[in-house]
Amino acid sequence: MPLLEVKNVSYSYDKTTKALKGVSFNVEEGEFVAIVGHNGSGKSTLARLLNGLLKPADGEVVVDGFSSSDKNAVFEIRKRVGMVFQNPDNQLVASIVEDDIAFGPENLGVPREEIGKRIDFALKAVGMENFRKATPTRLSGGQKQRIAIAGVLALNPKILVLDESTAMLDPHGRKEIAEVVKRLRAQGVAVIAITHYMEEAAKADKVIVMDRGVIALSGTPKQVFGQKEILSSLGLELPAAGIIADKLRARGANIPNDIITEEELAEALWKL
Amino acid sequence: MRDVAFGSYFPAESFVHKMDARAKILIAIAYMVAVFLVSAFHFLGFAACLLFVIIATCVSKVPFLRVIKSIKTIIFFVLFSAILQLFFNKQGTVLWWIITDVGLINAGFIVARIVLIVLGASLLTLTTSPVELADGIEGLLYPLKWIKFPVHEFALIMSIALRFIPTLIDETDRIIKAQKARGADFESGNIFKRAKALIPVLIPLLISSFRRADELADAMDSRCYAGSKNRTRYKKMKLTFRDLIGVLFVAGLIVGIVYLNGFYALSGLAEIAGAL
Repeated sequence: MPLLEVKNVSYSYDKTTKALKGVSFNVEEGEFVAIVGHNGSGKSTLARLLNGLLKPADGEVVVDGFSSSDKNAVFEIRKRVGMVFQNPDNQLVASIVEDDIAFGPENLGVPREEIGKRIDFALKAVGMENFRKATPTRLSGGQKQRIAIAGVLALNPKILVLDESTAMLDPHGRKEIAEVVKRLRAQGVAVIAITHYMEEAAKADKVIVMDRGVIALSGTPKQVFGQKEILSSLGLELPAAGIIADKLRARGANIPNDIITEEELAEALWKL
Repeated sequence: MRDVAFGSYFPAESFVHKMDARAKILIAIAYMVAVFLVSAFHFLGFAACLLFVIIATCVSKVPFLRVIKSIKTIIFFVLFSAILQLFFNKQGTVLWWIITDVGLINAGFIVARIVLIVLGASLLTLTTSPVELADGIEGLLYPLKWIKFPVHEFALIMSIALRFIPTLIDETDRIIKAQKARGADFESGNIFKRAKALIPVLIPLLISSFRRADELADAMDSRCYAGSKNRTRYKKMKLTFRDLIGVLFVAGLIVGIVYLNGFYALSGLAEIAGAL
């Protein structure tokens, strides 16, 4: 059984327009799924359906056997699906890092000694061990976002949903978050990243392209980014490495057609 | 600017800093009671209070100047009260023009009282961070749970407010800059004109605060927040020998002042008896 099942889910904010129409996909343990799409494609609505912040109007979201339509299961789902939002400033509740990370476990009634251990674990997972007593407002954007991730990790989630969590960060901050994602996946945590950055999507196991509330494309990054005509008709670009490879090929360079990451591009260039 | 807001806290590792916030708040209240207990004309009691503040300041490692600076903010209030006493107190014998001896003593009395109270209160905020203060207040309010006062919610509101002050100050700075770039003028004109110029700052600030509150609520929901039910607390406040020493110290002050008052009262009685 997959860890997360989205079964034919529809949702609408008002009666007339549907934000989501019959969306279905699965996420397996430890999988990295990227959800891309332009503004208004329904990707943030989809994120909020994954941990029960929104309830599907039709269909069902099932996490580890718990359905988000079941009122009594909502905390079981939120324990398993951690959610990190766009603006780190609006997610931190306390003025000291360790107090903020303790917030989630405190809500679950975790005993004190165990909370201490979870803070250690979460800070280590995001590489911020030395900031336990720091004040979040004095940290950089990337550091703040790592603290926000740590606050969610303290709940021991099986899935981490990043709802455009890198959109407000500078390239350095984005790199920091990419490192954290890599480390979490190594520990078996599934990551669902909703993003504008195709470079992030290129590193995923599976890419889902949303358009006007439906899944327009899905598959491995190579499959999805191979559909260049469909992507450009949806107003989406290839990752930078793919664009450069296409332009080089147009000028007659002998470069394969399916390049999407910088590593692949470097590899192809080196062989020329 | 972000350091100024609630920034009277002076971080240090001292005996007073390490005391439990609840004990410190109670001691500060007891100290203020002591200041009020000093009865009129008996300045020796004030000397005892001053000594208390001086010793506490020495132990707290806060520079004396920082403590004394706190008077600056209330200087007009102090002067105003003193002037009222000086010029409008008609009791006693006239010393000069309309100033009487009782007026002079009362003025000195009021100045001493206000200054001593402010010194004590500022020593509390200088040695206790806002977060600790909020925790301390929550701890002290805890018994109110019995009358269904939402202590946990109240404390959470306080700590979130403290957490968002620097964020909102940053945001205000940003909006002011953005409005200046659009030609807004905050520096010229009279006070009413300047107040009016702030409206284009306050409205975006208000709207963005609501948006922030919305997102914060989602983030708290996502972290399984469900009110105070079945909630544990990571930080536990612990009373130590330091708090005991502090309490004994302030108790000594109160006993001393009561004793002094009694002593004066008795000697007053003796005088009356002698006259009879």
